[in-house]
Amino acid sequence: MESRRVYVDNNATTPLHPEVKKAMLEAMESYGNPSSLHSFGRGSRTLIEGAREKVARFIGASPDEIMFVGSGSEGNNTVLSILTCNPGGCASCRKDGGALVTTTIEHPCILEASKCLRENGMDVLYAPVDSYGKVDLAALEGLITGKTGLVSVMLANNEIGTIQDIRAIGDMAHAKGALVHTDAVQAVGKIAVDVKQLGVDFLTLSAHKIYGPKGVGAVYVKRKSPFCPLIRGGHQERGRRAGTENTLGIVGLGKAIELRAVEMEDEAKRLLAMKARLRAGIEQAIPDIRFVGHPVDCLPGTLNVSFDGAEGEAIILYLDLEGIAVSTGSACASGSLDPSHVILATGLPAECAHGSIRISLGRENTEEDIDYILDRLPGIIKKIRDMSSAYARRA
Amino acid sequence: MAQPTNWLYTDKVLEHFTHPQNILMDEADYQEDGRGQVGNVKCGDQMLVVIQVDREKDTVKDVKWKTYGCASAIASTSIMSEMVKGMKLDEAYNISPKEINRELGGLPEHKIHCSVLGDKALRAAINDYYLRSGQTGRIRKEETRVVCQCMNVTDEDIEHAVLDGARTFYEVQERTKAGTGCGQCQDEVEKLVEFYANKHFCELP
Repeated sequence: MESRRVYVDNNATTPLHPEVKKAMLEAMESYGNPSSLHSFGRGSRTLIEGAREKVARFIGASPDEIMFVGSGSEGNNTVLSILTCNPGGCASCRKDGGALVTTTIEHPCILEASKCLRENGMDVLYAPVDSYGKVDLAALEGLITGKTGLVSVMLANNEIGTIQDIRAIGDMAHAKGALVHTDAVQAVGKIAVDVKQLGVDFLTLSAHKIYGPKGVGAVYVKRKSPFCPLIRGGHQERGRRAGTENTLGIVGLGKAIELRAVEMEDEAKRLLAMKARLRAGIEQAIPDIRFVGHPVDCLPGTLNVSFDGAEGEAIILYLDLEGIAVSTGSACASGSLDPSHVILATGLPAECAHGSIRISLGRENTEEDIDYILDRLPGIIKKIRDMSSAYARRA
Repeated sequence: MAQPTNWLYTDKVLEHFTHPQNILMDEADYQEDGRGQVGNVKCGDQMLVVIQVDREKDTVKDVKWKTYGCASAIASTSIMSEMVKGMKLDEAYNISPKEINRELGGLPEHKIHCSVLGDKALRAAINDYYLRSGQTGRIRKEETRVVCQCMNVTDEDIEHAVLDGARTFYEVQERTKAGTGCGQCQDEVEKLVEFYANKHFCELP
């Protein structure tokens, strides 16, 4: 089969949608500061508020409940930082920040921010997950007490795609008086997300995971929720996030969301069918593998698979030489020497994390891409296993 | 294979990664004189090196290897297997990761630690040969020494910390807890950091 370039790392980031690009090119003309009263400023302001409405509508919120931020990580850090607001220091915050309850499979930005809270003396508790990466609801409920200030659980996992029952989690939290946040960076724009149905107080989303630009995201802050800015010094975003707005990025986010409303449903069906074919093809061609993540409650385009006796960095680099772009949970590719904390949290041994790759499909992928992966992957795994000291060739 | 532009590593690494040399394919029929296996799969890398020895010349006649490891591990062991063939055993025993790395045209700093298993396994294989051939007097042990008595940190721990990127006393401390007790070992730890940084990270032209 002829070589081609196949980008199947859409959970890392996505190519810009051509329509988004067009909208952003037009917005480049609007250089006015959105805070300025003159017509230049008002032009930019109109663009931003238009984008805010689109984002709000898409997740069932009101425009005043949407604040734009510089990334999903910033959004998540902002929400967690609300807990650190000193008692009495801020009228809009809870008087006692309280403890944080989160999970073992969150994105590093949540885990690192929560670690920082813990080091500053706050109680931070982590709920475990089952072998599919589903949060153990009974264990989670046991962790939430009257002292819990915030429960933060991701809606869909970036590495294995598992989707959580946020509604049930939120109900548990609210019953004990805690606030609820969900990191929905991987979910919004891929599966239906409605803040009212989820019953959350905070939700984080990002543009570049859904064919929008890098460097912009949004946080849903339910009306009357306590809130404290992370970045201070300006009245922008209703005083919640200082800094001149990223007009260009925000327009890109708005357009990306607008397009998701049109394209998401059909695309999800298409990706799900392609993923099923890919999964079956891998299963048929390659022995001694295991799929990681929930078989049903999973993002439509995400497939995580682990190969016995094959190390992940070698896999992704051989795939890269064939033009195929994927990610791995191997320590060797992480820069940190630690394998995927998500795969370890599912109870699989470290070698499964080292030998795992994540294939994440997106709107530009075609059936030919799947054919190509199925053509090249088995040979690569065989090559690696042939030189592996940790793979006993099965007869 | 298609050759992409601006690959992660040097052309030499790419060459050995795509065409690894001296892989042990037919393990059952290989007449080995020594075998060394180091690392483990849980940590993400494991290396097996087997050797044949020319007893008269006291040289490495042949080397074969297998690894569970990343591109750097594959490439560095492949090139090492070419370098040591025909070498005197003593010479082969002393081959350093730095020499291998130099031959590869350099690896990114954070990948160096992936490339040190090959020579380690080679040393284990040579020692194994000495054991099998009754030359036990030639076996060299890689002994470790406790540097920080309070926290029981060895020179090997410090070497690993350096391989993981630590370059100062405090960075080593963060990783190993060395010097967090009485603090008397600070001078020695600093010297070791310099020593291991020099040992593993060469200045490339």
